[in-house]
Amino acid sequence: MTSILRQMINVNKTTRISSMTYKQFLSTKADDPIQSHIGKLVKGNKIVVFMKGVPQAPRCGFSNAVVDILNIHKAKFEAHDVLIDESLRNGIKEYSNWPTIPQVFIDGEFIGGCDIMLELHRSGELDKILEKNTQEKPAA
Amino acid sequence: MMSTASKCVENCIRAKLQKRFNPKVLQLVNESYMHNVPKDSETHFKVVIVSDEFEGMPLIKVLDLKNLFKRIATEPDQKKQMLQRHRLVNTILTDELKSGVHALSIVAKSPNQWKDEPVESSPNCRGGFGK
Repeated sequence: MTSILRQMINVNKTTRISSMTYKQFLSTKADDPIQSHIGKLVKGNKIVVFMKGVPQAPRCGFSNAVVDILNIHKAKFEAHDVLIDESLRNGIKEYSNWPTIPQVFIDGEFIGGCDIMLELHRSGELDKILEKNTQEKPAA
Repeated sequence: MMSTASKCVENCIRAKLQKRFNPKVLQLVNESYMHNVPKDSETHFKVVIVSDEFEGMPLIKVLDLKNLFKRIATEPDQKKQMLQRHRLVNTILTDELKSGVHALSIVAKSPNQWKDEPVESSPNCRGGFGK
């Protein structure tokens, strides 16, 4: 009898703990100041790039290629240097669930990194995406 | 960071991609030497993969979700549209990307999309200190 009671208590404890963990898990993203900060950053401009270095002096070939592609299309964009902010560097990977830098966001939507931008550029799809983008929110 | 000539990361990536995609073409190049990392590192890779698995799978997220859901209702094959080719490759290699591999350049195509052209090597490093 005692052992059954004990088991019941244990089960109850376990359930309570796991439900707390689940609640914590659910609230992690919204409560994480870095994630909510990134959420604002990606919507801060029509095109937002997270890169290594700055557009005038990229410090990674892949970041440089993304800047080149956007410049070819004469697209205005906002850039954030992840090399000067370790929390941003790790946080952006978590935000988009994408493991590498650079990362390009258009209209707050994650588009891709260097390979995807290059492929969209070559196929002509980037023109369409950017065109749509400009039409919806004309450049100031 | 790996600094051994044993190619264990490279072999592991190759085995995982082979098993998951049964690819028609699988090229894996260790491009770490192009970067500011110790000799024989396994940190930067380029993968070219051609597989039937990628048939009907888009490159980027399909933004017109409403239309997509309608199509899924009538054509179950459209479910694949929810997946993205590069994301799928990244998912298969999650462990490697979390433990040392920090650059993975991907060319992922279906046999129909694949034109047997030489794939250019990745852009040169610009001094990001192997980061």
